[in-house]
Amino acid sequence: MSGKPAWDDVTLGLCLVAFAAIVGWQTSLIPLNAIYAKVGPTVIPWIVTAMLGGLGVALTVQGLRGGWAHEQEHGAFDWPSLGWLVAGLAANVALIDIAGFILASTLLFTFTARSFGSRRPIRDAGVGFLLALVAYIGFDRVLGYKIGEGLIERFI
Amino acid sequence: METLGHLAQGFAVALTPINLMWCLVGVTVGTAIGVLPGIGPALTIALLLPLTYKVDATAAFILFAGIYYGAMYGGSTTSILINTPGESATIVTALEGNKMARRGRAGAALSTAAIGSFVAGTIGTIGLTLLAGPVVDFALRFGPAEYFSLMILSFVTVSAVLGSSALRGLTCLGVGIFLGLIGIDLQTGQARFTFGLPELLDGINVIVVAVGLFAVGETLYLAAHKKQDGGEVIEVKDSIWMSTQDWARSWKAWIRGALIGFPIGAMPAGGAEVPTFLSYFMEKKLSKYPEEFGHGAIEGVAGPEAANNASAAGVLVPMLALGLPTSATAAIMLSAFQSYGINPGPMLLQSQGDLVWALIASLYIGNVMLLVLNLPLVGLWVKMLKIPEPLLYGGILVFATIGTYGISRSVIDLLLLYVMGVLGFFMRRFDFPAAPVIIGMILGPLAEQEFRRAMTISNGDLMIFIEKPLSLTLLMLAVFALVGPALWRRLRRA
Repeated sequence: MSGKPAWDDVTLGLCLVAFAAIVGWQTSLIPLNAIYAKVGPTVIPWIVTAMLGGLGVALTVQGLRGGWAHEQEHGAFDWPSLGWLVAGLAANVALIDIAGFILASTLLFTFTARSFGSRRPIRDAGVGFLLALVAYIGFDRVLGYKIGEGLIERFI
Repeated sequence: METLGHLAQGFAVALTPINLMWCLVGVTVGTAIGVLPGIGPALTIALLLPLTYKVDATAAFILFAGIYYGAMYGGSTTSILINTPGESATIVTALEGNKMARRGRAGAALSTAAIGSFVAGTIGTIGLTLLAGPVVDFALRFGPAEYFSLMILSFVTVSAVLGSSALRGLTCLGVGIFLGLIGIDLQTGQARFTFGLPELLDGINVIVVAVGLFAVGETLYLAAHKKQDGGEVIEVKDSIWMSTQDWARSWKAWIRGALIGFPIGAMPAGGAEVPTFLSYFMEKKLSKYPEEFGHGAIEGVAGPEAANNASAAGVLVPMLALGLPTSATAAIMLSAFQSYGINPGPMLLQSQGDLVWALIASLYIGNVMLLVLNLPLVGLWVKMLKIPEPLLYGGILVFATIGTYGISRSVIDLLLLYVMGVLGFFMRRFDFPAAPVIIGMILGPLAEQEFRRAMTISNGDLMIFIEKPLSLTLLMLAVFALVGPALWRRLRRA
């Protein structure tokens, strides 16, 4: 405890307080009149609201007093690497319903590999495509369940 | 004697070819994911939960149990050969085991870890066999009030006592309970925390949360923080057969480790780290070669590895006998029971006796398989460590997609998965433990149910929790566990 505020930790504490406020707001929206119950549907949610709010305040105070000792030095973010990964996740969400699971996963795989330092996009795309294809077919055969439809899926 | 009869019946089920096959698949997958960095048993079992729609309950649980035990064996291989403990329970193994490997004694270290895991796993499973019945007999006297208090005690120990900080552990528990409350309240039919999304009426699937926190969160974290050390894999040059001296130094450590690990694992608090550290310090105290500790002492691998495996068996006692999960993996196995419509709790052993005893019998069988799988075949697992990181994490994310989108075919689930991933990322960054989230999510709604039952019995009087002696004792233990450590520190300073 150095006594100097650790602003990262303070921010996190305040985020938790804000989150508790949202939980409380949502709890106040739960209607109570429907069915008689000894313990209504809002009792535990209010307890959780209070718990999260209290902990948020406590963590903020701890942050102002110098923050908590992090087990390891995390260091600065590697933004390019993180960027590739987030782009891959976004592409997956955007494409999975339109282009189908196999193509979306191939892109996700290639972008993730790039994020972890690979410089061979064509090999990565090939491996990703094969993995997704095998998984799709396997899922269909073993569970009898198709992972959605798509551009390539319609030929299987 | 009755127990032996049940166990024999369990073996009759577990030894059928199809169940042996599930056990073999389980321990093989378990060892593989234990070896691979970035994947653990909780994540794997979560990804395999969809199997519960297709496979009968006995087969699914034999598979899950195999994964659970297998991951313990595989994890030690990674800690010994690359010094990056996959889970906190193998930190100690990495401490001494990696030093041994660097001195060219990798084979002996792997060997004492595997045989120790076998010995302790078997002792732990015997403990589970003998203890399950009596614990159930005791628990059958529990009413809703006692149950609720037991869950509170478990909440406190799992989140506040075992982690590095009570505040952060409890925060994660609170977030987990919140996640568990999402959806329609079964008693009153009211929708809670659905934010107007019809997809959330059924609640958030535990698969989404577990895979998001463990797979996506971890991948995001590793991408953002480039690895500090190279993680070079040490070659196994020496024989995997231990010398007479190695045996002489190991066997007592195995037994002691098992005797420390099992009881601690079996307590409603759980936790595998505490017994491994206790075992390490005990071996250091008792060893004839204390100067070797820190430079690769074989007892320092044998004891903690044994403690780790015995406590894994111990965790199954409250899980099977009380329906009380004390680790993320146990919580996910509990949700598998729920997806079969089976109510976990003290009635489980009566209503699903065949299933539980087959599961326990398969643990004995799995241990034998694991010994064979891990010692002579260690070279195979070492090869897995050489899978390039880019492909490994690409694969993990594709499987994360399958486990969530593949089942529901809903992009909302995929988005939720990534929201959980971002949460997991910040939790890693700020040193928040993930297990309490999963435990809170599974156990929270069950605790609410018991709370309501107790209040219905008492006609709305909260005193019921204090008037029942057992309930009061459990609550006092919980309060003590919460404030005890802080009080102790203050007293020592004064």
